[in-house]
Amino acid sequence: MLRITNLSKRYKTGDDALKGVSLEVPDGQVLGLIGPSGAGKSTLIRCVNRLVEPTTGTIDLNGAQLQRLGSRKLRKARRRIGMIFQEYALVERLTVMENVLSGRLGYVGFWASWFRKFPQDDINEAFRLLERVGLDHMVNKRADELSGGQRQRVGIARALIQNPELLLVDEPTASLDPKTSRQIMRLICELCEERNLSAIVNIHDVALAQLFVQRIVGLQDGKIVFDGPPDSLDSAVLTQIYGEEDWEATTIDDTQTDKHSLELSGE
Amino acid sequence: MSDAQVVRHWRKPPTIERAWLRYGLLLLTLVYLYFSVGSYDVNWARVAEGLDRGWAFIKAFANPDFVSRRSDFIEGMTESIIMTVTSTVVGIIISIPIALGAASNLAPLPVYLFCRAIIALSRALHEIIVAILMVAIFGFGPLAGFITLSFATIGFLSKLLAEDIESMDKAQAEAVKATGASWLQWINYAVQPQVMPRLIGLSMYRLDINFRESAVLGLVGAGGIGATLNTAFDRYEFDTAAAIIISIIVIVMVLEYSSSLIRGWVQ
Repeated sequence: MLRITNLSKRYKTGDDALKGVSLEVPDGQVLGLIGPSGAGKSTLIRCVNRLVEPTTGTIDLNGAQLQRLGSRKLRKARRRIGMIFQEYALVERLTVMENVLSGRLGYVGFWASWFRKFPQDDINEAFRLLERVGLDHMVNKRADELSGGQRQRVGIARALIQNPELLLVDEPTASLDPKTSRQIMRLICELCEERNLSAIVNIHDVALAQLFVQRIVGLQDGKIVFDGPPDSLDSAVLTQIYGEEDWEATTIDDTQTDKHSLELSGE
Repeated sequence: MSDAQVVRHWRKPPTIERAWLRYGLLLLTLVYLYFSVGSYDVNWARVAEGLDRGWAFIKAFANPDFVSRRSDFIEGMTESIIMTVTSTVVGIIISIPIALGAASNLAPLPVYLFCRAIIALSRALHEIIVAILMVAIFGFGPLAGFITLSFATIGFLSKLLAEDIESMDKAQAEAVKATGASWLQWINYAVQPQVMPRLIGLSMYRLDINFRESAVLGLVGAGGIGATLNTAFDRYEFDTAAAIIISIIVIVMVLEYSSSLIRGWVQ
């Protein structure tokens, strides 16, 4: 379980990106984090694995106080936190397999990783994951040869091979077409369910979030302004999060949600 | 709607707004150029005499002599090639850590300043000046040339490689860091793949520069084909000098061609 308490971040520029955010994510829950650009969504998930250093507050992941760790212990903690990125963030000149295996870097020594001599178990797991995301025939392709959807699948495999306790997912579908976006979101949610893995998913497509996640948290100007189930999102809530706009076409009503969850369970 | 057209003129605003300043600067430049070119003292009698010698030199290219100073020629060329290859390799090996230290996105400030100082020193001193100093310390011969060229390679390669590291894609670097990789693993997996093509391209380019420089360093006693060339000029053996210059041109062209092939291949 992830417990964030009173987390604040002030950047050197003086911007207050987060203003006392508290949030609990139980094991196995997929949480959608929505909010306008600049609300602090990216900062929030980057504070969890300390790619951004929080200014104040505590982050407790299964009993470990992440905000206190020194660099060696921080690396150990990062191994158990998988991250999936907007624009995939694969190392473009490395192969698919090298990208996936880079998820094991925290577990292997320098020379083993330098010579790409990973333990057989890691290689087996990499093949298994690539098979699971449908890319086991592309092991030796360079990452920059893949399509957007394929790259994000590699990104997912890289995060999962870390054997994480928590997934941080930053706008996973921002540069994907609507169909691929749904496939990627479905894959992430299915994998979380298979592994009883909790995830925080930053997402700006409200309807897509409603389709897949179990809980939605709305962030606005560094503060949580909404926290509830997806079907409780309505025009009033969206106005609170994003500001005045005609929200009729953005949300989906219950009947659609039910229909889609039927589709999901049917697969 | 066309009959009601109002004609509105537009001109690009001048870079210097004040007209008197604009034309004043132009006038000043012309006057300066007139007097400074006029300050050169041309001795036409000397030019007439020299034209003959110049023509003899150019004629020698039609009839280059590779044979009569054959052993000097081979010895000089061998020295130059050895000097070029060793100084490039040693230069590259030393440049890589300095480039990592001189990249502001990797190194802490003190390391950054120290590495930048080394680069600035290497770039401030021209090869000829360094070579004169090295000849004074190590005596005549290719050792002085080797050290000079290694030193010059460091300034060139570290600076350009550091700039490439500074402009790398942050997302790829962040993604590898998030897996819990150590610093060296991070360099190997996130930074190296991004800058490798540039490093190889620059190294090939520097090999080419070092060979050309080795031909000049001989003039101040630092060995190599330049020393042979110098001797040929001193003896007015223009046909041997022509043979040496033709060889230098051919080697430089071969290096140029192969480096462009290699650069295309590593992209």
